[in-house]
Amino acid sequence: MLARRLLFVTGKGGVGKTTIAAALGLLAAREGLRTLVCEVDAKGDLPAALEAGEVGFTARELEPRLFAMAMDTEESLKEYLALHLHLPRLSRLGPLARTFEFLANAAPGVKEILTVGKLAWEVRERHYDLVVVDAAASGHVVGQLRAPQAINELLSVGLVREQTDWMIDLLTDPATTGVVIVAAPEEMPVTESLELVDHLDSTGVDLAGVVVNRVLPELFGRAEEEVFARLVEPAASTALSGAVGHPVNRVLGAARLAVTLRRTRAAHLARLRQGLGPGRTVLYVPELFDRGHGRRAIVQVAEALAAELS
Amino acid sequence: MSGAGSSIEQLLAAKEVVVVCGSGGVGKTTTAAALATVAAADLGGKVLVLTVDPARRLAAAMGLARLGNVETRVDPGAFADAGLEPRGELWAAMLDTKQSWDDLVRRHAPDAATRDAILANPLYRNVAGRFVQSHDYIAMERLYELHSSGAYDLIVVDTPPTRHALDFLEAPERMADFFSSRLLRWLLMPYRSRLVNAASRPFHQVADRVLGTVFLRDIAEFFMLFQAMYEGFVERAKAVERVLEDHRTTFVVVTTLESAPAHEARRFVEVLRSKRLHLGALVLNRVLPAELLDRASTEAARRLSASPETVAAAVLAGQPDLVDDPKLLARVLQELGESFLNFQVVAKREAEQRAELGVSAEVVATVPSLDTDIFDIAGLVRLGEQLRRS
Repeated sequence: MLARRLLFVTGKGGVGKTTIAAALGLLAAREGLRTLVCEVDAKGDLPAALEAGEVGFTARELEPRLFAMAMDTEESLKEYLALHLHLPRLSRLGPLARTFEFLANAAPGVKEILTVGKLAWEVRERHYDLVVVDAAASGHVVGQLRAPQAINELLSVGLVREQTDWMIDLLTDPATTGVVIVAAPEEMPVTESLELVDHLDSTGVDLAGVVVNRVLPELFGRAEEEVFARLVEPAASTALSGAVGHPVNRVLGAARLAVTLRRTRAAHLARLRQGLGPGRTVLYVPELFDRGHGRRAIVQVAEALAAELS
Repeated sequence: MSGAGSSIEQLLAAKEVVVVCGSGGVGKTTTAAALATVAAADLGGKVLVLTVDPARRLAAAMGLARLGNVETRVDPGAFADAGLEPRGELWAAMLDTKQSWDDLVRRHAPDAATRDAILANPLYRNVAGRFVQSHDYIAMERLYELHSSGAYDLIVVDTPPTRHALDFLEAPERMADFFSSRLLRWLLMPYRSRLVNAASRPFHQVADRVLGTVFLRDIAEFFMLFQAMYEGFVERAKAVERVLEDHRTTFVVVTTLESAPAHEARRFVEVLRSKRLHLGALVLNRVLPAELLDRASTEAARRLSASPETVAAAVLAGQPDLVDDPKLLARVLQELGESFLNFQVVAKREAEQRAELGVSAEVVATVPSLDTDIFDIAGLVRLGEQLRRS
């Protein structure tokens, strides 16, 4: 996965897409790759996950080899115009910038092409070994990835049109670009992930792998489960409370909840694996009990990913 | 609607529109369906749930088709299967963005020629569905449409997954702004008259070079056609806004107690307050049981985790037939203790989030972490009961 040069990390809302993107970036940087992590929706979740403070359009090095930026399509347009039309970089684009905001909201694919274009350009210019994108959620990512094709179909001439061909080549080269789908072992995330795998075909972008987040550890093997079944019977649990010196009912109740939660999730996991078919990379990240967020959580997820990748 | 003893049940009885919102993955769709189900079952009348993207099994249970803005009545037999005799009728509809846009164009087009030109415009066909948060706008527009039809006593709306959970609130306003914008007129100017205004010339030159004249002309044609519908649109957007502000409308914010969704929920509550919209209830979803915080149980779990062999030996002394292998028993006991303590850490974090969130709403409903998925009317009724009781 980390051998590619451009990874789009996506998934249904709430599954931990940003956490996985941040952890992949951190892992790559710690393994020696010059890495850029980029948040496309400028919500600030990615810098927050890395505890990086404010992050803007200009990439900033957070720790050795780990760079972060937040996408800003207007800045991207300015950079593009400066590069290709040799227009002055700032200020004079005032009215154009305002109109642009407008046009970008109205015309399909304009924002997307500026986002994808900027990222693809960083890859083409070899500014980084790896660019990890905290991309749009699974419902919108196809539009993002398909932007160059969409523009190709809509525009017949113009500077933008001339740019789309190399972008398409870069995006559809499986050695270069891949999509990482983050899923949680729950009904809707699994369903959306499988739907997205189908829709990816229309983009020509390869699936680099699926990361299943928040996998609960198996509490008991079969022999243990039998013992547990006997322990919950009244006589046994009373004896156990006596031996412990404190009531154990709630401890047993919590274990029952953990077992059923895991069982429900295991069924969704099985459906995911079956739907993906053989030959796909699937990485598992365990449920983190100690920390839910923050740098510590990212480090732990990065370690879990490293173990899965090795 | 303030005062002591407010509850979800009262909200469902008093309000005509319940907008269910929250960030992605917190269980909005299921909560909306459960609220509508329990309202139909207990309060009677015609209750509609307008949903965006239900899980397939849930959609099937409600008899929903994937496409088309058709409202379907949920088979009363499904209630009977759940052992219920509903007092009212439960209806369900799914949002079809493309269809809704087409309907809107048909309604507002000044004449048949404009209507056909828009519907046939390749750009429109490409855009409808993606255009200026069109999903958000269309959801609110459909709500207005259904509400003003007078066909339902209560409409429960599930809001679309957006980048920012608040987008849909501003969608009507943004839509009105968009069509009344001076910028739009400015953009269209050279195509309307042959006079290219000196101020806009540099922009058009750049735009031509970047995007190509043909594309710009397509866009201009599209917006010119849309301008013909401007008045109707703006008026409509304002009407939609009025429904959201009406005292018969309430908002239910759904969240889990994880940090990101809870943070979003807090922001949402603030925005509702600043816009003077009615926050009916806060639903805390998938909450771990409070028993995990029990002190005596914690002591028990610690002991199990720290000295499983000792405890195993003591248990086996009294109950020698329980297990043959003391090591196996010790392993299970240790797992029991550790699992409890693990979940307790999460439960503590949740309790903290809850303390911060709980003060923000008058009605706070807690839904425990259910061990199974909800995919039928019986499941919705169970969830609805949980919500109603809190």
